[in-house]
Amino acid sequence: MANYSFQLNGRAVTVDSWDPAQPLLYVLRNTLGLHGPKFGCGLAQCGACTVLLDGKAVRSCVTPVRQAARRAVTTLEGLGTPEKPDPIQAAFIAEQAAQCGYCTNGMVMAAKSLLNQTPHPTLDQVKQGLAGNLCRCGTHTRILSAVMRVAKA
Amino acid sequence: MATIASISRRDLLQKGSGLIVSFALGGAFARPVAAQTGVAADLGKPLDPRQVDSFLMFHSDGSMTIYTSKVDVGTGLRIAVRQMAAEELGMPVERIAFVEGDTALTPDHGGTGGSTGIPRGGVEIRQAAATARQALLELASNRLGRPASELTLVNGEARPTAGGPGVGIGALIGGRRLSLAVDAQAPLRDPRSYALVGKPLPRPDVPGKCTGQHVYLQDFSVAGMLHGRVVRPPALGASLQSVDESSIRGIPDVRVVRIGNFLAVVAPDEWAAVRAARELKATWSEWQGLPGSNDMERQLRAAAVAREETLVDRGDPARAMPLAAKQLSASYYWPFQSHGSLGPSCAIADVRADGATVWSASQGSHGLRSVLARTFGIPQEKLRVIYMDGAGSYGTNGTDDVAADALLISKTVGRPVRVQWMRADEHGWDPKGPPQLLDLRAGIDSEGRILAWETQMWLPVAVPGTRPLVAADAAGITQPRGQNAGQISQNADPPYAAANLRVVTHWLKEVPLRLSNLRAPGKIANVFAVESFTDEIASAAGVDALAFRVRGLSDPRALDVLKRAAEMIGWQARPSPNPQPVEGNRLVGRGLAYVRYKQAENYVAMAMEVAVDRATGEVRVERVTCAHDCGLVINPDSLRNQIEGNILQTLSRALHEEVKFDRSQVTSVDWASYPILRFPEAPKVEVALLDHPSLPPLGAGEASAAPVAAALANAIFDATGVRLRTVPFIAERVKAMLARLDSTRP
Repeated sequence: MANYSFQLNGRAVTVDSWDPAQPLLYVLRNTLGLHGPKFGCGLAQCGACTVLLDGKAVRSCVTPVRQAARRAVTTLEGLGTPEKPDPIQAAFIAEQAAQCGYCTNGMVMAAKSLLNQTPHPTLDQVKQGLAGNLCRCGTHTRILSAVMRVAKA
Repeated sequence: MATIASISRRDLLQKGSGLIVSFALGGAFARPVAAQTGVAADLGKPLDPRQVDSFLMFHSDGSMTIYTSKVDVGTGLRIAVRQMAAEELGMPVERIAFVEGDTALTPDHGGTGGSTGIPRGGVEIRQAAATARQALLELASNRLGRPASELTLVNGEARPTAGGPGVGIGALIGGRRLSLAVDAQAPLRDPRSYALVGKPLPRPDVPGKCTGQHVYLQDFSVAGMLHGRVVRPPALGASLQSVDESSIRGIPDVRVVRIGNFLAVVAPDEWAAVRAARELKATWSEWQGLPGSNDMERQLRAAAVAREETLVDRGDPARAMPLAAKQLSASYYWPFQSHGSLGPSCAIADVRADGATVWSASQGSHGLRSVLARTFGIPQEKLRVIYMDGAGSYGTNGTDDVAADALLISKTVGRPVRVQWMRADEHGWDPKGPPQLLDLRAGIDSEGRILAWETQMWLPVAVPGTRPLVAADAAGITQPRGQNAGQISQNADPPYAAANLRVVTHWLKEVPLRLSNLRAPGKIANVFAVESFTDEIASAAGVDALAFRVRGLSDPRALDVLKRAAEMIGWQARPSPNPQPVEGNRLVGRGLAYVRYKQAENYVAMAMEVAVDRATGEVRVERVTCAHDCGLVINPDSLRNQIEGNILQTLSRALHEEVKFDRSQVTSVDWASYPILRFPEAPKVEVALLDHPSLPPLGAGEASAAPVAAALANAIFDATGVRLRTVPFIAERVKAMLARLDSTRP
């Protein structure tokens, strides 16, 4: 079984995997116990599994664990907690921008990635930035308000 | 990783049959410490919904736990019901814990559906709280030596209304039972004194959902659990002929489970199970029992009818119709649609010799328990179903089926088993929202007044019995073959004055795919037809769509919502289509629609502004306004969230969604082949809540979905002159209709 070492939410971790093609999502959820990223489609179509790899949003359901080696992985849990949320998480909470919340991980992480690259996007840029993330409950307008809250700050 | 704490009957009895709850004032919401546990289904707590103790348990630390079979599927019930109970009991909401959908702990006062969470669930718990309030005041009267009439409940204690020291609710009753029947006559607080109901209190689950701390069913695990995946056949009715287990030899610790045509794999490692299910070589028989989804409209019209039902019969439309100045007729069609849950359905089952536990995101734990118990021969009292949050379900998605998968595998391998469906399982195998076909006819006078109206509908009939479970069918287990998609024939009559009116349903024996309730069952399609056709009449008479509706309505609440939605969008009175629609390469217009949900509940009016790209046929919704009257508003922010969700989700259904299938299987099995609304399409949404504090509260999970498709179709007609009568309004369809319209213009 091969070992893979990477930075996870600011600390060094080493994990075993019997399959170098195992998606990072399963390693994060089952080996490392981080349940922020969710399985939605396994096809990179919905965004529920989004994590940051070196600060950029990737779909962990199709990212082999070997690709994370020696890189920095950030999950939703790495951004903040209910007590000390990241500004994006705080904005989502303030706007109550969730219903079932299953897509929320992807929304927050995609927004984080967008704001890392474009700190003050326009509403249209945010819409384009989240175009690859699906929400089924129809919470779009609140999610946009939450991201714009940070974009304007 | 979530862990389960073990709690025994003895623990509960020692602690006065209340779960121990810890809470921090001003901090996190009270949470039951040990809500989720193992097999024993009798934990000594009353479950009879006629008893106050079944719903409410008071703890000695001054906290309380609410027990309910109504679950919060992202709808805000968790805060709204707390507000309703807290208001009656003068108790801070933070001191209230909430246990949902656990067959061993919660009374069965119905599953979660049909917008009953508040008007049934919340109202029943409110009445239990009002009953408890009277009892607590009596107890306090003895303790304080003052008449109960001089006491009130405030901030978790009973105290004299005039002031002075009080006594905490925990000290009065904590840890003991009230042993009282719910009193339907127990007085409720005067709405004018409400301190909590009507306030936009934040939902307790949102911070956890935004930080990865909220434990979903999909995140939950139990000791010794295996991961299972089911290998579905490439055709719905195919038989399993052979399995080549050597095809997955390289994948560690996988076990194949085969029961008749039920084929699954289990492994300690989830990825191993996923890969094994994907790579396991199996041969299946040919099966082509489906008719294919092309031409469903014609198929419905030709399908065998189980019975005819006349739903409304007023006057004599057949006689009045020929006397009308003008007659109109049109057919409307709504396709099969999927719940399209963002997270595929999941369940954990732990079947042991002495009983079984199933963790499920089902909207009806008790209903699921009885289906699973009967199907798999487990005594109902030995089977416990525990609700946990999953991805939004909007009705019955694959959740019951995946529970059956997990239970069957766990029973076979003797270990707890977690099954999460893959994307193609959910899209391919969830029971679907039904296809609906409506023929409408109307006769109008020279001013456009409706003299006669006739609706004919072709809908799948409800067949008694529960829906067959996929796993049980595959495993050859005999089970009922019920069919039910909910109350799908409502709102097929116009709400406007019509002296001669007839609504007939041709109930069809069967349709090609399994059905279930999908948000606002049937009503979205029926209102799409009725409110689109209303606009067709108004347009034919050259009357403004708002003025036409106002003229046909007399209920002031109906008129209020219509006028409000129109005012919010800046409605300019004129007939449709828009005489000046051209803005560059776009055609712009506005439309509206109105519904009184189920002709008995919420009043909703909705207006929209749209732009249609003339070159591509692409529809862009720019703005939506909605005026919503559901009686008493419990939590306005949660309510708005539901309404916004109804609007966006139904726009998605109207613009994009249609389940497709060939002769063998569903072919729209992912987000590419079953697209839904994306962020660039999200309109600006404005919602006005028309609060009526003195009226009962109605549910809001469905009503505002009903007028969406009609308002959209009416706005598209206003912009383009094209009348869309078939869902979805995909760009190719709109483009083709624009071209046809152009070719018929002189």
